[in-house]
Amino acid sequence: MSDAGKPIIAVTGLKKHYPVRKGLLRRTVGQVFAVDGVSFSIGEGETLGLVGESGCGKSTVARAVMRLIEPTDGTITLEGQDITHLGKAELRPFRRQMQMIFQDPFSSLNPRMTAGDIVREPLLVHGVARGRAAEERTAALFEQVGLRPAQMRSFPHQFSGGQRQRVSIARAIALDPRLIIGDEPVSALDVSIQAQVINLLMDLQRQKRLSYLFIAHDLAVVEHISHRVAVMYLGKIVEYTDKTSLFLNPLHPYTEALLSAVPVPDPRLKRRRRVLEGDVPSPMKPPPGCAFHTRCPYAEARCRVEAPVLQEAAPGHFVSCHLHVAA
Amino acid sequence: MDTHDPMPPVLDVAGLRTMFFTRQGLLRAVDDVSFSVARGEVLAVVGESGCGKSITALSIMRLVPSPPGRIVGGSVTLDGRDLLKLDEAQMRGVRGNEMSMIFQEPMTSLNPVLTVGSQISEAIRLHQDLSRAAAADKAVEMLRRVKIPEPAQRAREFPHQLSGGMRQRAMIAMALACNPKVLIADEPTTALDVTIQAQILELILRLQQDLGTAVILITHDLGVVAETAQRVIVMYAGRKIEEADVGALFAEPLHPYTHGLLASVPRLAIMSGQVQAAQERLQEIPGMVPPLTNLPTGCAFAPRCRFADAQCRAAFPPYTQPRRGHWVACWHSERLYGAGA
Repeated sequence: MSDAGKPIIAVTGLKKHYPVRKGLLRRTVGQVFAVDGVSFSIGEGETLGLVGESGCGKSTVARAVMRLIEPTDGTITLEGQDITHLGKAELRPFRRQMQMIFQDPFSSLNPRMTAGDIVREPLLVHGVARGRAAEERTAALFEQVGLRPAQMRSFPHQFSGGQRQRVSIARAIALDPRLIIGDEPVSALDVSIQAQVINLLMDLQRQKRLSYLFIAHDLAVVEHISHRVAVMYLGKIVEYTDKTSLFLNPLHPYTEALLSAVPVPDPRLKRRRRVLEGDVPSPMKPPPGCAFHTRCPYAEARCRVEAPVLQEAAPGHFVSCHLHVAA
Repeated sequence: MDTHDPMPPVLDVAGLRTMFFTRQGLLRAVDDVSFSVARGEVLAVVGESGCGKSITALSIMRLVPSPPGRIVGGSVTLDGRDLLKLDEAQMRGVRGNEMSMIFQEPMTSLNPVLTVGSQISEAIRLHQDLSRAAAADKAVEMLRRVKIPEPAQRAREFPHQLSGGMRQRAMIAMALACNPKVLIADEPTTALDVTIQAQILELILRLQQDLGTAVILITHDLGVVAETAQRVIVMYAGRKIEEADVGALFAEPLHPYTHGLLASVPRLAIMSGQVQAAQERLQEIPGMVPPLTNLPTGCAFAPRCRFADAQCRAAFPPYTQPRRGHWVACWHSERLYGAGA
């Protein structure tokens, strides 16, 4: 999938550290290593799933890629153009190319604007269409996401959760972007509605050759929608490969544990559970060596001192683990 | 109503009806719901938001906010005693003692200004005649049972000093401190990460087996249901629409809603051993749950159901038992009979 020409988005060595300030003088006493050296790329019409537990840095990655926060280090390249350090005005044409959908459509839609105005706004801001043309375009967008054009006059609170997410999607595709970043876009939805929204996202991808960065914690959803998957743990990607390899042959012990922890909706399957002990360590004080060694059932002496790097263990299958890479 | 279970029920809920009297109108949150739970059994209640599963739990605990809510009918019998007939003081003796409840977000159910240990010992001293010191010791012992490391130290800490998983463990310790007959768990792992969820579910199941507690597990996650429950109730728009053993429900659901729900969940490859190569569409249930203030007459699922006809729109179907222990409220359940999931 990714071999089709140059990637839409390429991220290299992305870091975001937040200072921790304490005391009267707000002196910096430490750093939160929210994202600590993340690299990936997404091709045209491709979906990269980004999974990990809360606090692993997946949302920070999304915000940094969108240039909503300034990365500490690394580069972000959109269609061959380095956008990491562009100023506000220079960034504007590129903003059209990237759009974001959030988990909770209620807090990301202005409650005082009608759904029609919400979807129309990007058209006006970017001078794509105005007046009658904008009106017609908005109506067409409503139809594309499965809403009735008559609903353009309704306010966000008059929609159900699934419909609100459709409004967010209509807004996101209004400017014909190349990349859509979804930060847990279906997590807040009920099962039967979740399926509708996932199908809509996949249909739009096929029609428009959209690229998705799809952030989620639900592995079954990620498997369904993604072509490739990156697994994050404490600010780093620990495994990165196509979805078939990841789900059928996970190499990193953390991926393995994540998959084994997912409750499977089939009572006939009594799987051997590998329940991980303990909690995720604080990103302020990541453990030395491999960050996962405190919970890893296979940890050896080496894992406690030496941090593994992401290496290709099998063709196209990258893993950051001492067990899987020849010394 | 279900008699195939050899164990006598600890808790029997019959014809429970809870309504909310709001400005938007009468809201039938729970409408004629009946079920029972036996000692040592895990009963799952599943459904989507607004289906009435949480209000069912709150009704059993007599914690429905009133006004606007009110239990208007039915009975909740715990060991032969109808809880709906108790006065508030008697009910306080039941809650946290014979019957406990844990919630989705432990941070909002723990008091932020009291230490974890003092909250647990308070719950113990409310129901048992123990000295302060003895109750404090028991609190530490309970924290140890729920596998909190360094329990004596943790008992002196405040809720915000604990991680989400630890807080839920502390809630479970508090809920089980008086060895209740029934534990109601309302989405106990929904706010937790998947590896922590696995820890908490394992803990609940182990304690439940050790203590013989009956558990009512309320969840929207069909995976959690499949892995923990023995019996399942499916709710839709305030009604129970299906009840079956977990194996039968997943293998051969008889209600079109259950059928659609099971088909719309994306499944992990590790189940079938292969990833589908092309991106397939998920099966959808069209439309959405009707608002409880404006339920259609007849079967509430009819507007979304592919089998719906005039009969469905006219009257809510009676409960039938097409298979032993498998109850369903659908005029057309025979259409799914033998169809599988």
